[in-house]
Amino acid sequence: MNVIETSGLGKRYHQTWALRECSLAIPAGHVAALVGPNGAGKTTLLNLTVGLATPSAGAVTVLGGIPAGSPGALDGIAFVAQDTPVYKNLSVTDMLHLTRNLNRHFDQGYARARLDELGIPLKRKAGKLSGGQQAQLALTLALARRPRLLVLDEPLANLDPLARHDFMATVMAAVAGKGEGEVGAGMSVVLSSHVLAELERVADYLILVSGGRVQVAGEVDDLLARHRVLTGPATDVHTPEELAVVHERRGEAQAHLLVRTGGPADAVPPGWEAHPVSLEELVLAYLRQPGAGALPGPARTRNAESTEVTR
Amino acid sequence: MTAMATPARPARDVRLRPVPWRGMAWVSWRQHRATLAGLVAVLGVTGLYLYVTGLHLRHDVAAYGEMFTANGSGKMEMTPTAALLQVLPALIGAFVGAPVLARELETGTFRYTWTQGFGRERWAAAKLAQIAVAVTVVAGAFGFLFSWCYEPIIGVRQGLSPLMAITFDLRGVAFAGWALVAFAIGVLAGVLIRRVVPAMFTTLAAWSGLAVVTGAYLRPHYETPLVTSGFRPLSAAWVIGQRWTLHGKPVSLSTVDQVLHKLGAIEVAPGVFGAAPGGSGQTGGGFGQTASQASPASRNVNPVPYLIHHGFAQLTTYQPASRFWPFQWIEAGWLLALSLLLIAATIWLVRRHAA
Amino acid sequence: MTTLTTPAQPGQHTPRPVPWSKLAWVSWRQYRVGLIGALAFLGLLAVYLLVMGLRFHSAYDSVTSCHPASSQACQDVADLFSNQYFITAEVSAALLNAVPVLVGVFAGAPILARELDTGTFRFAWTQGAGRIRWTVARLALPAVTVTVAAAAFSLLFNWYYWPFFASGMDSRFAGQFFNLTGVAFAAWTLAAFAIGALAGVLIRRAVAAMAAAMAVWAGLMLVTYAFLRRHYLAPLLNKGAGVPGQGNNPAWVLSQWWTGPNGKPVPFNTLMGLIRGVPKGPTKQVGPHSFSTVVDPFRWLTQHGYTEWTTYQPANRYWPFQFIEGGWLLALSLLLIVATIWLVRRRAT
Repeated sequence: MNVIETSGLGKRYHQTWALRECSLAIPAGHVAALVGPNGAGKTTLLNLTVGLATPSAGAVTVLGGIPAGSPGALDGIAFVAQDTPVYKNLSVTDMLHLTRNLNRHFDQGYARARLDELGIPLKRKAGKLSGGQQAQLALTLALARRPRLLVLDEPLANLDPLARHDFMATVMAAVAGKGEGEVGAGMSVVLSSHVLAELERVADYLILVSGGRVQVAGEVDDLLARHRVLTGPATDVHTPEELAVVHERRGEAQAHLLVRTGGPADAVPPGWEAHPVSLEELVLAYLRQPGAGALPGPARTRNAESTEVTR
Repeated sequence: MTAMATPARPARDVRLRPVPWRGMAWVSWRQHRATLAGLVAVLGVTGLYLYVTGLHLRHDVAAYGEMFTANGSGKMEMTPTAALLQVLPALIGAFVGAPVLARELETGTFRYTWTQGFGRERWAAAKLAQIAVAVTVVAGAFGFLFSWCYEPIIGVRQGLSPLMAITFDLRGVAFAGWALVAFAIGVLAGVLIRRVVPAMFTTLAAWSGLAVVTGAYLRPHYETPLVTSGFRPLSAAWVIGQRWTLHGKPVSLSTVDQVLHKLGAIEVAPGVFGAAPGGSGQTGGGFGQTASQASPASRNVNPVPYLIHHGFAQLTTYQPASRFWPFQWIEAGWLLALSLLLIAATIWLVRRHAA
Repeated sequence: MTTLTTPAQPGQHTPRPVPWSKLAWVSWRQYRVGLIGALAFLGLLAVYLLVMGLRFHSAYDSVTSCHPASSQACQDVADLFSNQYFITAEVSAALLNAVPVLVGVFAGAPILARELDTGTFRFAWTQGAGRIRWTVARLALPAVTVTVAAAAFSLLFNWYYWPFFASGMDSRFAGQFFNLTGVAFAAWTLAAFAIGALAGVLIRRAVAAMAAAMAVWAGLMLVTYAFLRRHYLAPLLNKGAGVPGQGNNPAWVLSQWWTGPNGKPVPFNTLMGLIRGVPKGPTKQVGPHSFSTVVDPFRWLTQHGYTEWTTYQPANRYWPFQFIEGGWLLALSLLLIVATIWLVRRRAT
């Protein structure tokens, strides 16, 4: 089952396309990281997924074919928006009560236990909590709904490093479904962030959005296996044609090429060395080459113009 | 490292029964209890004032009878009060209606609320319906209190027709209707404008425009006005227009008064005649008379038979006082329909809203 | 490697404060929608006053230009004028009493309340201008604009209602018209603004601040109208029928009572009984018709030893009263604005 599936999805605000020709199929059971520069369209994509916006082009379905924004989708997806909006003049208890009344499932016991562990006072008004505490509150409310998909828009922005660690630990535990003894379907997570280093440890699916288009989408292991860095002498002016180069960087003495390979058996040109690539290097390289893409489907080669997405 | 509690397993069954409506009852109450309390407080304080005034009024009328109502002092006190109370529905619309949706949109909390399982249209429908009912009930009670308070003088004396705009929309079911439509205008303005203070201002302006148009143009024509020829002042009727005819042809007032001059009389109010002033102006008196009600200085004349004898007729277009309740129901009816339409439009806009 | 610029040595120079002109631009830019809204509102009302006022004036001109004034035709014109227009005018005047509080509170309360509510004060108060200057600029521009607009509006109202004042049908001095004319209208608007601003900084939420400010203003207006205003200067006492200086500029009658031949006050009940008991006058015959007449009850009472007493404020005290009221309202407004600024200064984030 795909938790999020889009085909040719696009969203236009007045004359500007915030998102265009987006086709994704994020399978269930993953923690998907949605990364990209500011204004790339991450929030737009997430808004379309949770039903806060309607598409200008294409379609988006969630949780195995349910239309986004429909009652079934609302029931199964919990969303925490950027800036974690809560009702500032309601107390924490009131926010719990509110969320319980507005949903079919709400695990009150879990919510209280978690808030207790975090040391968030129940009687305080939500507007008076610190930024980190508000974020934790919003996450607690979302998790207590026992969603099948958790969508987080820039959740780590307000958290100190320790809090970030705890936050992600909680998310990971919920994904694994620990503590209940059942094996099988856990919760899927999609979260967007700038802080790639944090996500590297937890994400097993990557989506890179840049300039309103999806550049990279795929499982992290798969992407890392299919790319490597070739280092060679800078004087070697002509790059071997059979290499699918994503991005090249030439210094005075050395050249570094990030190439896409067919597999580990791909031959390394003479005089060059191959290194594995880190996720961050991969993301940065693609960000510097807006024309390049790595999407599931027919193999793409290096090019300078925009890739065409299959429809 | 802290041990984190984990949530229970997600439910497997997907029956998709909607989240029950009664959940929203607590939500609406908790979020708007301050506003509703304020509404009750304002109408309560005003209602108390009306109650006390009503008691005084009844006491005065019982003690002084006709003299009291005839010299109009009761009406004098009522007019400014009633005029100021006209703004109440507009304030209700602005302070109760406009912030409901505008605040959600302005502060961004809709991103939380509209992604809960309840669904945004049902949420909007439940919340608006609950507050609308509360407003209508409280306003209805106030309207009946106002009616009770001024009942001794409205309709008793000429010039104070129950159909006159100054009191009509503060009484009976019409006041509830005006409060409800103000609320409906407020929520619509809120979802269109998405910012609280401009939405409040727009609500005030729009409601005022509607009220003025209704009072001046719509209300006189709910039913076809009656026309009568006769000199007797119509008790408590709402006079829309008057003209004189001589032998069936319209004549001006000056012609009539030239004839009356021979009798030393003038018409001081429609159908009411008094002596032509010959000497000095008003006398001092403690009854607040104005120049339009010239005190009968030395004579009280009745030239009606004289005029009839000479072929005059006065045609009056009016709405009889007996039409008060039919008009109230008509007005409340279309206000209710308009309110439902506006609220439906609001919910549709909520549905269409894109982040 | 980047080079670091070194900051200036402390004490070398104190920066000049941000000039007021820049702050005025900030104030205008942030508030232009609100100000334009307020001015548009007043403008619409002004158009109404203009249209109706022209009608009133032309009707009144035909009354005054009609000679001789005591003839029937002229009386008829006069009565047409009063019957047709008077009620409309009076009701519109009553409604206009709400304008100062609406304009003032809508203009004043949201300025600071919204900054504190949305948290943008954390930006505004850490700019180079400093929070005091910023607050003064943010409040001063709308305060002045709104007060000036209100003053202009009350001048227009004075013109609009002038036929009824001139003909003696209503008095500028009495009741609601005192609020609407002279300097009182502008002063009450400024007071509403100041109350709104203070409520904004105390309550920090726009809608609640507006509601609270309206309630406070209404209370203040009620107290002034019912108690304070009549005692700005000691009222005069008059013995006998009527009040000196009537006609076009009537005095403000505060209370009236009658005393009997023994000098003691006559209760209202007794008075009513006496008036009902006044005998009827002779009948008058005109042609084939006869009319009954009544005697003027007040003349009858005076002839029989009853005296009327009146406490009043003479008409020539209108302007002194206006300035007294305008004065204390202005002082109150300034006090409230100073309190607002002091609270801004003191407030810990």
